Amino acid sequence: MAKKPKLAVWKFASCDGCQLSLLDCEDELLAVADHITIANFPEASRAVLDGPYDLSLVEGSITTPHDRDRIQQVRSQSKCLVTIGACATAGGIQALRNFTDVREYMDIVYASPEYISVLQTSTPIADHVPVDFELRGCPINKNQLLEVINAFLNGRRPNVSTNSVCVECKKRGTACIMVTHGTPCMGPVTHAGCGAICPAYNRGCYGCYGAMETPNTSSLAGWMRDLGVSDYELQRMFRTYNAEEPAFRQEGDRYGPEDT
Amino acid sequence: MIGTDQTSVIEREDLQSLFDVVIARGYVPVGPTVRDGAIVFDEVCRVEDLPGGWTEDQDAGSYRLKRRHDTALFGYNNGPHSWKKYLFPPRAKLWEAVKTENNGLTVREAEDTKRPFAFIGVRSCDLHALQVQDAVFMNPKHPDPLYAGRRGKALVIVVNCGQAAKTCFCTSMNTGPRAEGGYDLALTEILDGDDHYFIAEPGSPDGYSLLAGIPHREADSADVLAAQECTKRAAEQIGRKIEISDVKDLLYRNYDNERWDALERRCLTCANCTMACPTCFCSKVEDVTDLTGGHAERWREWDSCFTMDFSYIHGGSVRPTTRSRYRQWLIHKLATWLDQFGMSGCVGCGRCITWCPVGIDLTEEVRLIRASEKDKEADDG
Ligand code: SF4
Ligand code: SF4
Repeated sequence: MAKKPKLAVWKFASCDGCQLSLLDCEDELLAVADHITIANFPEASRAVLDGPYDLSLVEGSITTPHDRDRIQQVRSQSKCLVTIGACATAGGIQALRNFTDVREYMDIVYASPEYISVLQTSTPIADHVPVDFELRGCPINKNQLLEVINAFLNGRRPNVSTNSVCVECKKRGTACIMVTHGTPCMGPVTHAGCGAICPAYNRGCYGCYGAMETPNTSSLAGWMRDLGVSDYELQRMFRTYNAEEPAFRQEGDRYGPEDT
Repeated sequence: MIGTDQTSVIEREDLQSLFDVVIARGYVPVGPTVRDGAIVFDEVCRVEDLPGGWTEDQDAGSYRLKRRHDTALFGYNNGPHSWKKYLFPPRAKLWEAVKTENNGLTVREAEDTKRPFAFIGVRSCDLHALQVQDAVFMNPKHPDPLYAGRRGKALVIVVNCGQAAKTCFCTSMNTGPRAEGGYDLALTEILDGDDHYFIAEPGSPDGYSLLAGIPHREADSADVLAAQECTKRAAEQIGRKIEISDVKDLLYRNYDNERWDALERRCLTCANCTMACPTCFCSKVEDVTDLTGGHAERWREWDSCFTMDFSYIHGGSVRPTTRSRYRQWLIHKLATWLDQFGMSGCVGCGRCITWCPVGIDLTEEVRLIRASEKDKEADDG
C-alpha cells in the first residue's frame, strides 16, 4: 500500500469547536484514520509526528504576534493547507475587537495587562499565508469536512457550494420564513453549508457561514429595514461570527457609529 | 370540456373515497397541507389533511396564512412548493460505480423505488408547468428516466381555482384558472350556503375509472353553471398582467435597458425564484467518492442560473454580474424558451413574485421595460 498521507490539525485563536467536528465524525473517523496518518492533532492524540504534512487543517484566527509567526511555520510544513471555520476564514467572533480598542478591554480583564502580547485585530489565515481551500462555518459542518478530506484523498475538487442558504432551504422544502412570517433572515446573503438548519426551526439565519459568493447585502438590509429591523439590529446581524468579512463588514459599518 | 355527459357531482362527505380509491390502487396521494405557516405539498391520506378553512394573502415578497370564513378545502392558491419536487427531486442519485479487481469498474444505474404519485389539487397553471417540464424531460431524443418514469405513472387530479392570489397571472399566460385538459380528473369546489360539493370532470380513462369508484351523481346544468361561475370569479380577481403578444421581441430589443441596472442593485442572486418556479429545470451533477476511492456515486441536484458555478466555464463565470444573471433568467422564461421549446417558460403561477425575499416582480419588470421604450419614443419624437 502506498504511504498514507499525513494530517495535521492546528489551532489558533478559536474555541476548538471546528476541530472537534472531526472527532465528532465518530463512525467515519475510523475510516479516515485508515487512510490518513493523524500526525499532529492534540485534541485526539498526544503522539506528534514531525512534518512535513500532506494536509493541514487550520482552525482559528491570528490575534497575537506569536501566532502571526507560527502560521508561517505551519504553512512551510504543509503541502496543502485548508482553513476550517469562521475564525480561520474570516477572523471569527473575536474580530469584533477590530471595531474597538483592544487595550481598553485588556485593562478591564487583566490585572497586569502589560504581560499580554496581543494584536489590535483578529484576522483570517489567508491574510497571512496562501490558503488552498477555505471551509466556512461556525462551526463547520462535519459532512463538509469529511467531503474536503475525501476530495483531497481522491485528488478531486470538494463539492462545496458557494451559493446562498436559500438554495438549501428550498431543497429541504422549508417555506421561506422571511416571506411567511416577516422574520429577518441572513440566508439570502449567507454562504450555504449548514443545510439551512435555523429557518427549519423558524429562526432567521445568523450568517454563521459568512457571505455567499455574490452577496447583495444592501438590498437585503434595505428590505429588512422595511420589515421594521432597526439600524442597531442590522449592524448586529452583520457583525457576528463573520464581522470582518469584507461584504459583512461594509454593510455593518453603514449602520450606527463604529463603536456601538 | 365542461358539461359533457360525464360531468358529475361528488358531495363533500364523499370526498374521502377519492383518497381511499387512490390509495387502494397503489398511489401515494400528495397534495396541499398546512405546515409552518404555509400551504405546502406533502402526503395527504385524509380529507382532514387538506388545508380546510385556510387561505393566504400573497404579494411580492410576502405570504400570510389566514383563516377563511368558510370550510372550503381548496380555498387558496399556490404555495412555496411545486410538483416538480416529486418528478424532478431536489437531489437524486443517477448511478454508482464500484471498482472491481484488476482495475475494473461495475456501473449500476440508480433505481427509482418510489410508488406512483397521485397529485391531488393541481392548479391549472401548475398543470401547464408539468407540460412545460415534460417538453424538457420527456423529449423523445433524450428522456430523463426518473422524470419520465414518475410522470408516466402519476395520476393528475386538478382543482380549478375559485379565487386568485394577488400574485397570480395565469390569464395573461393562457394557463388558467380553469384547466382545459391534460388531467385525469378535474374538480371544481362549490360552496353555496349549506351545500358543499365538487363538480368532477374526468379527462382520461384513469380519471373515468377513478370517478366510477367514488359515490357521485350526474351534474345538472345548474351545477355546470356554478363551476363556470367559480373559475370566472378567479379570473376576475387577477390583478397582475404581462402583455405577452410581443414580449419576446420586446425583451430581445432590450438587452441594454437600464432596468437591468436597477435589478443589479436589487436582486439578491439567492436563487429562490428558480427553486420555487415550477418550470425551472436546471441541475448540476456532483460526483462523490468514498475515502478509498473504490466506490463513487453521481448525484443530480437542483441548480440555478443565479449561482456563479452554474455558468462557470474555463476561466470564470460567463455571467459574472447580477444584471446578466437576472436578464438571463427573465429572457429565458419569457422569450428564448419560445425559441427553444415552442412554448413560454412562464405559466403565471406567481411563485417567483411571492418567494423573492425582496419582492422582485417580473410582471412589473416587463411593464417597466415596455414603459421605458415608450418614454424613449416620446423623447425621440
Ligand atoms: S395563476 Fe391562475 S391557475 Fe394558478 S393558482 Fe393562480 S388563479 Fe389558479
Ligand atoms: S417565472 Fe415565476 S410566475 Fe412564471 S412560472 Fe416561474 S415562478 Fe411562476
